[in-house]
Amino acid sequence: MKTHISLTVNGEARELLVPIHKTLLEVLREELDLTGTKHGCELGECGTCTVLVDGEPILSCLALPAALEGTAITTVEGMADGGRLHPLQQAFAELGAAQCGYCTPGILLTAKALLDETSAPTRQAIKEALAGNLCRCTGYTKILDAVELAALRMQPREVAR
Amino acid sequence: MIRLPAFEYLTPRTVGDAVKYLSDRGADAMLVAGGTDLFPNMKRRQFEPKVLVGLRGLRELRGVRVTKGGLTIGAGTTLTQVATHADVARRYPALATAAGLVSSPQLRNMGTLGGNVCVDTRCNYYNQTFEWRRAIGFCMKKDGDICLVAPGSPRCWAVSSSDTAPVLWALGATARLAGPGGERTVPVSALFRDDGIEYLAKRPDEILTEISLPDADGWSAVYLKLRRRGSFDFPVLGVAVAVRRDHDVVRAARIVLGAVASQPREATAAAAALVGGPLTPDAITRAAELAAGPAKPLDNTDFTHPYRKKVTRVYVARALARLAGLDTGPASYEAGGSDAVAR
Amino acid sequence: MTKNRFTVVGQPLPKIDAWAKVTGETRYADDLTPPRLAHARLLRSSQSHARILRIDTARARALPGVYAVITGADLPRVKFGILPVSQDEEALCTEKVRMVGDPVAAVAAVDEETAEQACRLIDVEYEPLPALMSIQESLAHPEVRIHEYGDGPNVHKNVALQFGDVEAAFTAADLVREDVFFFEGNTHLPMEQHAAVAHWAADGKLTLWSSTQTPHYVHRLLAKILAVPAAHIRVIAAPVGGGFGGKLDPFAHEIAACKLSQLTGRPVKIACTREEVFYIHRGRHPVLMWIKTGFTRHGDITGCHLRTWLDGGAYGSYGVASTFYTGVINPVTYKIPVYKFEGARIFTNKPPCGPKRGHGTPQPRFALECQLDKAAEQLGLDPADMRRRIVAEPFTKTANHLTVTTIGLGECIDKVVDASGWRDKRPRYRAAAASPPAKPLWQSRKRKGIGIACSAYMTGAGTAIYWNNMPHSGVVVRADRSGGVTVLCGATDIGQGSDSILAYLVAEVLGLEPKDVHVHPADTSLTPVDLGSYSSRVTLMCGQAAIQAAERLKTIIFRAVAAKLGVEPAALVAGEQKVGVPDDWDKALPFAQAVELGEALHGVLAFPGSYAPPKRAGKYKGGGVGPSPCYSYSACVVELTVDEDTGAIELEDVWIAHDIGRALNPLLVEGQVEGSIYMGVGEALMEEQVFRKGLHKTPSMLDYKSPTTLETPEIHTFLVETDDPDGPFGAKEAGQGPLLPVIPAIANAVYQATGVRVDEIPITPDKIVKGLELKRLGKVARIGPEKLPLFTFKEPLVVDSAFGQPADAIAVRPFADEPPRVPTSPEAGIGAKPI
Repeated sequence: MKTHISLTVNGEARELLVPIHKTLLEVLREELDLTGTKHGCELGECGTCTVLVDGEPILSCLALPAALEGTAITTVEGMADGGRLHPLQQAFAELGAAQCGYCTPGILLTAKALLDETSAPTRQAIKEALAGNLCRCTGYTKILDAVELAALRMQPREVAR
Repeated sequence: MIRLPAFEYLTPRTVGDAVKYLSDRGADAMLVAGGTDLFPNMKRRQFEPKVLVGLRGLRELRGVRVTKGGLTIGAGTTLTQVATHADVARRYPALATAAGLVSSPQLRNMGTLGGNVCVDTRCNYYNQTFEWRRAIGFCMKKDGDICLVAPGSPRCWAVSSSDTAPVLWALGATARLAGPGGERTVPVSALFRDDGIEYLAKRPDEILTEISLPDADGWSAVYLKLRRRGSFDFPVLGVAVAVRRDHDVVRAARIVLGAVASQPREATAAAAALVGGPLTPDAITRAAELAAGPAKPLDNTDFTHPYRKKVTRVYVARALARLAGLDTGPASYEAGGSDAVAR
Repeated sequence: MTKNRFTVVGQPLPKIDAWAKVTGETRYADDLTPPRLAHARLLRSSQSHARILRIDTARARALPGVYAVITGADLPRVKFGILPVSQDEEALCTEKVRMVGDPVAAVAAVDEETAEQACRLIDVEYEPLPALMSIQESLAHPEVRIHEYGDGPNVHKNVALQFGDVEAAFTAADLVREDVFFFEGNTHLPMEQHAAVAHWAADGKLTLWSSTQTPHYVHRLLAKILAVPAAHIRVIAAPVGGGFGGKLDPFAHEIAACKLSQLTGRPVKIACTREEVFYIHRGRHPVLMWIKTGFTRHGDITGCHLRTWLDGGAYGSYGVASTFYTGVINPVTYKIPVYKFEGARIFTNKPPCGPKRGHGTPQPRFALECQLDKAAEQLGLDPADMRRRIVAEPFTKTANHLTVTTIGLGECIDKVVDASGWRDKRPRYRAAAASPPAKPLWQSRKRKGIGIACSAYMTGAGTAIYWNNMPHSGVVVRADRSGGVTVLCGATDIGQGSDSILAYLVAEVLGLEPKDVHVHPADTSLTPVDLGSYSSRVTLMCGQAAIQAAERLKTIIFRAVAAKLGVEPAALVAGEQKVGVPDDWDKALPFAQAVELGEALHGVLAFPGSYAPPKRAGKYKGGGVGPSPCYSYSACVVELTVDEDTGAIELEDVWIAHDIGRALNPLLVEGQVEGSIYMGVGEALMEEQVFRKGLHKTPSMLDYKSPTTLETPEIHTFLVETDDPDGPFGAKEAGQGPLLPVIPAIANAVYQATGVRVDEIPITPDKIVKGLELKRLGKVARIGPEKLPLFTFKEPLVVDSAFGQPADAIAVRPFADEPPRVPTSPEAGIGAKPI
């Protein structure tokens, strides 16, 4: 049996008719064709499927859309501002923080939530914020570097000298 | 992709409705709040409810309230909120620590305090997919009739894996339960049973609505957690110690061990040995030896069980030393693999 | 216009696919959903070892929503395997299953849930056979045969090679050590679970999109397995979400998807679950090792004898190569005048092992580097100085007839020794560890340790998996009138950046920006063959082919532009997207115009480049495994602390220096080095693939422990450039070699901190606590294997040692346009570049 669900995804209101047991991960990928959200275990054990709900990183593989009505969901496809990439996306590309790229969307969103809350996090704070996102390619080093670079670029500009 | 089976989803408007749905649907129904324990178990067919009663919309279950002398935390409050709440951090830092050490940041944004207190017991013969469990032969906790970790045993030895429950127990917290017959309050210590299957002493149609912490005056507590990695992993040992001191003299003490049995295990003899004197190095060492006694880990979690038993002594000693303000060694020792943190 | 030697090469540029990856645009195999897609699942064996008596699919077929159900009976009766000598797999098992997870049937249905439900309705009747779950069990039960072929009951491969007289070398030594080590198996754990989409279209042609590192081998084997002409099959490697060697074989899910597509007339997808990925495996072999080495009092090696026993799992996979690799690469690092190697791969009822990053070499590297440390201690030598002294000679041959070219290892050792403060820290930590004062239980104490190890790895295998005289890598470069250039190459980008390397090299040769270059990879209908993303071969082999193709294009364009400008072609350069004479750059023509002139002169501008490695295989049976155009070198120092009560290890810093030949893009090289260190750290400290009651104990992301940000140390990378004559613009590999030294460096640092030798990987807290207890009791503080299996290696093939002979002429290789570059003196061109 299908249920009617209204979701706001990347700023757009979406009306859906889906079985109630479909997780947010399945709905994003299979109903809305937002395949930027990846999956590595579907059991909450890897962080790959992370999306933002009202700005907080959550695991889409363990979230029910029916319980998320009225919230704002952000996926990697919603990070850029139109044609302008988010500073995190820019920094990840420039510094080689995405190798195979599969964990990248989840990490970008987790990092976005961190930077939205803390403008200049320490390296340790970045490590703790990203401790729920596994990556097998990078050794995390370039990821941490890229978050630091993006944070720096997002600092409010000083008044011109 | 491993997916959920179909189910019916009910969204009560009040706790009363939720209780009614739960009792109406009996064994077919289960509660869901954060879903971080329930949904993986449903995907692996360890749980097969036909009906889910969703608690996420119930505002009355959420939030931290300062009460006379204490604090009351709604069972639906997320672990992140518990870990970062200023009043929790100030009065019950060990609880904030424990909540902040559960799994990963994302999971703590979803999982709730009530969910962590009631988290299903774990066993590495049980937390496996349906196909895996079928291949090895189902165990008594689901679909089978023997215990695979202790084949001669009449009972299930799945392990209590909550980080917050040992701390709440040690702090003398109480749990508010709402059931068809009304509400009742029980000590958190009375919420559990030492059985891997029937590990909760609450009735199946009761809902844990809130946790109340008594006045912290004079009490101090520490929680240390052993696990392989600094994130994701469930505790393979949790040590919660709480003492009330009058000047330097210990007037009351509780030591509660997590992940050593099917429920949090109180080390009463060890705690009793502390009462009446100061937390001296000798007293700490003696208590640590006594505390390791009740720890009887079996080979059904990460790390070898003799090792987990051995480290119990060490962790109890360190937790008490921390309370005593002794120089426990290099400040950085808690970071890294063993992850014994009390911020 | 003054053209430096390089404009693109050496720059820390973003990867060309970086933008798609950070926006979520990259479409991995599971993201593909063609119209009318059917979803399929495999039914896998619940038995470790059993005869299949009966498979009844009737109930599954009857389930609404099911399109097709197949078993092995629906496929041609043909066995396959990645190596021609090990054709022992079936896509769907017909007579026997050999492990839990062996595929036995497949269902295509309207959705994945229905397919899964149908799988549960298939009744399989098994007759259980004894399960053999270890090397020891398999050798102890010759009456139980996992396979009927091989070099003995349950012995897949038995090899023995001897180069010179090792016994004489031991007699001449001042110190002879015998040590035994064990390296537990572990797996790749790519974040992307394997997935494949097959479409057998109405015209009878089959297209397969798959997360594979080797589309060419999958293409060849699909033709054999499905008994259809290879000409009617197209294999496209989707962008791979992590490989590390785990996506190198043809797999059941790929084959079943093809067959189900044929039967249903629909595209069919199979996306494996995480648990299935653990069964697919082909990861690190568990290896038991015995190593005997003779040393002079100065630390020189007089000779070495190594025995390895590999726990191969249920099938051959790359196992014959893995067996050789446990023996043949060690002599590349140090001067080892005589060498003997005996190895055996044993079948067990576990998921088959194969190539994981470092393929077969991390295990013996661990053994050798730990043994060197033990010997240095006995001889009273500094382990860094001892290694520095015995570094192999460039442009010589090893005992086992491998040709080594440039070697930057000495420089690498110096770098990490200096940067880590080794000279200061080591004596301090040693002194502290030697006499730790007593302490109360409640006090925690962390002991500090620092350890070193080195390694070498090949830059591409010198021989193909199937014997042939064709190129190992092919590239077509096509220029069009837009001024853009298109590169077609069979290589697969698994995140290492191979597409980007192709773009950089072609841009470099043609004076373009990487953005001007369009790369179309890994499509067997469009791209010339590249053998695949394995053995660290892609940058070198595809790179050389790309340079050759681009040079050929440039030759024609220069000829046309020279005619137009009235100059000699030799006077021209390409740069800034123009072609012209440097001294008269105002007249330089835009590249697009140059292309038009070239096309008018020559016709369509599309040029092939081909690469095959120099033929340097030793002239003995087995000499084909180990040769490589060149070898990378790494040196690594690790600093860590060990909690003496809990055994918890905290890695603090890793310093690594890597001889990369030349960093085509230092950013990508660093990324490969850092990723290698990470994976090595995981293997050293926590990752292990263990079995219980015939089943994988931890087939999940939670229970198979993969390090998080919190377990990963700070990594300090130094690149050493040696400009290898065999590498593209001098480059060597970076994707695997740097993993090798970190594991023994950790083991050596743990020993230094605790006095406990853990001769067994992973090094876990419980082992350290046990070792410290032994030490307190005054016993030998060693944790590791005690016994070796009773096993007779075959009579060794005895060959003279080629140690110290000068290298053969460099780069006498097929398909080359130019005469070989003459090797410079060993020290020339070596320079370190700190990052």
